[in-house]
Amino acid sequence: MRYGAGLLFLLLAMTGFSAEKGKLLYQRHCAACHGDRGAGGVGVPLALESFQSSITDRYLFNTIRYGRPGRVMPAFKRMTDEQINAIVRYVRSFTPHRKLVLSSAPVRGNAGAGKQLYRKHCAACHGLDGEGGKGTGVTFSRPRDLPIIAPALANSGFLRATTDQMIKTTLMRGRQGTPMQSFLKKGLSEQQINDIVAYVRSFEKAVKRKAAEKRVHLAKGHRQPIIKVKSGYDMATTISNLQKAIAASNYKLIRTQPLEQGLVQKGRENRRQTILYFCNFNQLNTALAIDPRVGLFLPCRLTVVETGKGVYIYAINPSRLAELYNNDRLSRICGAMRDTYLSIIEEATL
Amino acid sequence: MSGIYQDMVRALAGLLLVSLVWPGMAQDLLMARSKQSFPEAMSALQNAIIKRGYRISRIQRVDVGLTKAKYKTDKYRVVFFGKADEVKEIARRHPDFIPYLPLKMSIFAEGEQTLVVAMNPEKWTEFYASPWLAAYFKRWTRDYHLILRELTDEKP
Repeated sequence: MRYGAGLLFLLLAMTGFSAEKGKLLYQRHCAACHGDRGAGGVGVPLALESFQSSITDRYLFNTIRYGRPGRVMPAFKRMTDEQINAIVRYVRSFTPHRKLVLSSAPVRGNAGAGKQLYRKHCAACHGLDGEGGKGTGVTFSRPRDLPIIAPALANSGFLRATTDQMIKTTLMRGRQGTPMQSFLKKGLSEQQINDIVAYVRSFEKAVKRKAAEKRVHLAKGHRQPIIKVKSGYDMATTISNLQKAIAASNYKLIRTQPLEQGLVQKGRENRRQTILYFCNFNQLNTALAIDPRVGLFLPCRLTVVETGKGVYIYAINPSRLAELYNNDRLSRICGAMRDTYLSIIEEATL
Repeated sequence: MSGIYQDMVRALAGLLLVSLVWPGMAQDLLMARSKQSFPEAMSALQNAIIKRGYRISRIQRVDVGLTKAKYKTDKYRVVFFGKADEVKEIARRHPDFIPYLPLKMSIFAEGEQTLVVAMNPEKWTEFYASPWLAAYFKRWTRDYHLILRELTDEKP
């Protein structure tokens, strides 16, 4: 009898267990960006009723699995299907919504005609080439123009997650609470909407080409975790040269300090490891507007280290770190930043 | 049902839950959302770091420079921290790792709440092949998780 009661209790515990697991997984992996109950933040507001009513569980599942390459949403490749399904169920519990059931049949339309319509009705928000709105989700602690950033449609993750029918449904109904309006209400016919769907689907070719270009870019030395250059000068001259080169590159030198400053007693720091922090506020603001999390690697920094073998200048490689943020715009800025580091170092060591 | 039974079942369910939530899903960036306002979360973060035996070496105010340059911005800090003996030893044996020292976490306001972000130390195992460094990365990863969990009051 006691064993039976124990088993019954265990079964009841396990029933609530699945829901609890989804909640825990969500809290650990999603809440920081999307908010505890999907109110949004760095990530999109998942709790929006019109959003929940215009997507399928499969869309959510694939979005978690494949992410949005080049946008903020990472791909959770190592999660099991069961874990992702638990998160999907939890996300679905945020808001009462209509369950969307759609066929998987492709939508037949004229992509050429769709292109013209897309440019007229969609490009202002989603970008001329479907690159999406600028910025990273929404942070309400700073003024933002929109409650939601227009999704990137020319994105392998989006195209993989969505179906033609889902795009069509969104176009037909719009999404209340966001700038996305019903195209039927805007006066477009169902055939015109089909044409837009066909055009959006045609982004897949461009996406594949872009992915191939990215692979080539990464193969060109952007994967080194650090930049390391030997200086022909002594420690003091190298530091002085760097300070001048930083100023000449339109950066403000914030401070020059020993690596150990604040960690050991003042005056006992190892002076043969010196950090130079510098910043360009315009660049800083641009980077933070793209992704507020990028402050983790700011301000800019070069470190001069003297060893028995000579004086070396070290820096993190911004191009390599860009992969942490999964954001194409940020990757471009990081690529430029890498070039700036190299140019400053070159000038200081000539 | 006896209290012992209930405790056992709860413990079993808890263990299963943790084992299903944790395994091998490390992301490159570790993030935590604290329900506390920025000043409270900032204080909690520093306490959590110190509790793990680290010393705060500096707090960089990112927002001040931006505000002075007339940008509208969030409350934003980068917290640098480390253990003096660790930093000395790593800098001596692996100067290539110096650009990533001291360790750091960024913290910024998100409306009434606060976000904390850190690079997952596990990521460095992709950058550096040294087993000696890997031991540090492993411990830092555990410490980072504990620090962030303390901020979110998460009790799995």
